[in-house]
Amino acid sequence: MRSPKFLFTAAVFALLALYPLVAGQFGVDLVTKIMIYAIFALSLELLVGSTGLVCFGQAALFGIGAYAAVLLSPESDAANLAWLLPASVLAAAAYALFMGALSLRTKGVYFIMVTLAFAQMAYYVVHDTPLGGGTDGIYLNIKPVLAIGGATLLNLDHAASFYGFTLAMLAGVFGFLALLLRSRFGRALAGIKANEQRMRATGFATYPYKLAAFVISGALAGLAGFLFAVKDGVVNPELMSWHLSGAVLIMIILGGLGHLRGALIGAFAFALLQEFFKSEAVFGAFAKHWHLGLGLSIIACVALLPHGLVGLPAQWRARLTGRTPRGGTGPAQGAQHG
Amino acid sequence: MADILLRGQDITRRWGGLVAVDRVSIDLRRGEVHAVIGTNGAGKSTLINILSGEIPPSGGRVELLGQDATGWSQPRRAQAGLGRSYQRNTIYPGFTVFENCRLAAQARTPRPWHWWQSAQACPDSTAAARAVIERVGLQDVQQRSAGLLSHGQKRQLEIAMCLATGPQVLLLDEPLAGMGAEETERMLALLAQLRTSHAILLVEHDMDAVFRIADRITVMVNGAVIASDTPDAVRASPAVQAAYLGGH
Repeated sequence: MRSPKFLFTAAVFALLALYPLVAGQFGVDLVTKIMIYAIFALSLELLVGSTGLVCFGQAALFGIGAYAAVLLSPESDAANLAWLLPASVLAAAAYALFMGALSLRTKGVYFIMVTLAFAQMAYYVVHDTPLGGGTDGIYLNIKPVLAIGGATLLNLDHAASFYGFTLAMLAGVFGFLALLLRSRFGRALAGIKANEQRMRATGFATYPYKLAAFVISGALAGLAGFLFAVKDGVVNPELMSWHLSGAVLIMIILGGLGHLRGALIGAFAFALLQEFFKSEAVFGAFAKHWHLGLGLSIIACVALLPHGLVGLPAQWRARLTGRTPRGGTGPAQGAQHG
Repeated sequence: MADILLRGQDITRRWGGLVAVDRVSIDLRRGEVHAVIGTNGAGKSTLINILSGEIPPSGGRVELLGQDATGWSQPRRAQAGLGRSYQRNTIYPGFTVFENCRLAAQARTPRPWHWWQSAQACPDSTAAARAVIERVGLQDVQQRSAGLLSHGQKRQLEIAMCLATGPQVLLLDEPLAGMGAEETERMLALLAQLRTSHAILLVEHDMDAVFRIADRITVMVNGAVIASDTPDAVRASPAVQAAYLGGH
């Protein structure tokens, strides 16, 4: 008998697989974007929810993956996905190694500020130099294809193919992280989050573990950035802005820290709330003030749902039975991810 | 001479103008419980922190198993066979008792190139965890969340996590703090059992327990050692009587 968590996740992926059969172009485009955000949120969940490292520079890694995809692509020919994707992910991972190696020497609020500083450095490199095309950004003229010999196996210029590819990437990242967090390495990260002092006293040199988590997280953020660049066909410095680092942090808090499902749910909730408050059909002229509605609803969610959306069923059960929900006042340190 | 597993020579630690530990020398031998007593602020915990590698000394030398370990990091000392417990519980409250011990045992077999291996499928660490849980008597609660244990059980778990790493030297910082009479007896019985195979440094405020279990007692006042001898000799020392024990 599979656990409810597994069944929920399997149901979400089954619905996502069937969604293009019933949705129009707008819906497919929107859900593709949300799935990319979900990969991005999962990358940060590994750091914040699983290791206890609050990184405020994740957008830099997302942006580097995106810029690498565009900068490495030939101008007048389609790049092969087989090398472009790994190259973009490696570029983000390399920056994560540099960023992590230095920022992990600090702790707490200093770590948050140093990661933000690294992200701002990357932002200004693409904003103020010809490399990144300034504020206008740069365009991806021809989207990559997966080709072997002369045969094209996958063309990401087709919306349906791109949707399927993004869904496969999301499922792969989710499965990879679920296995990783159950491994010896993953349990060590959970121990570092719960009590790093005890981990060191036990004999774990914690720095290499945290650095490895940082690099893996950066590589996954780079993958999300790659997909974003291919989807929109354009990249600009906003992809590296602190607003995006904040938005992805809100996604995982909204969904529920310490749970991979939380990152998935949070990405959907955040993006759908954004679309809702931007809707002129619902809010008319007030829709231009969508930030206000989004902000207020996020404050309400965080205040009313201390365990995030993922904790909502437990909270309802507790209300019905009159018991305190498991996990006390915050996410359980030893929570099994999924 | 008995087997000296840990030796601190002229250990000194200064915090600005304050000398928290002042040229303290201490030997821990296999088969001995060496207690360190003193009032709050005497430098006992700072001494443990230096010996375990949590903070560096301002001066002096630490030898672990015959090797100069002064510059070793805390994880390296732990890997070499030094286990420590803390005054406050440092268990992982969200994990089960078993997982607390299994994770500690995992440190014995780091296997950096096997990090993908499932934690539950690691036979070495699961066997070591079961063994220490049985040794400290927590087998009935091994699947319980550690945060839900009684205070005494949490202290036992703290010791179990130390033992799971397979140490030869144990530095125990107030393991009896906050325990009831029955829990204290259980812990003392465990320490008596561990003494045969380990060198134990015990920092403790429960003087009855200290004088019952210790083979040697070092008394610290204001960071310095004022006496270091057998329990009877320490009890009879006028300097110790005046500075610390009173009418004990």
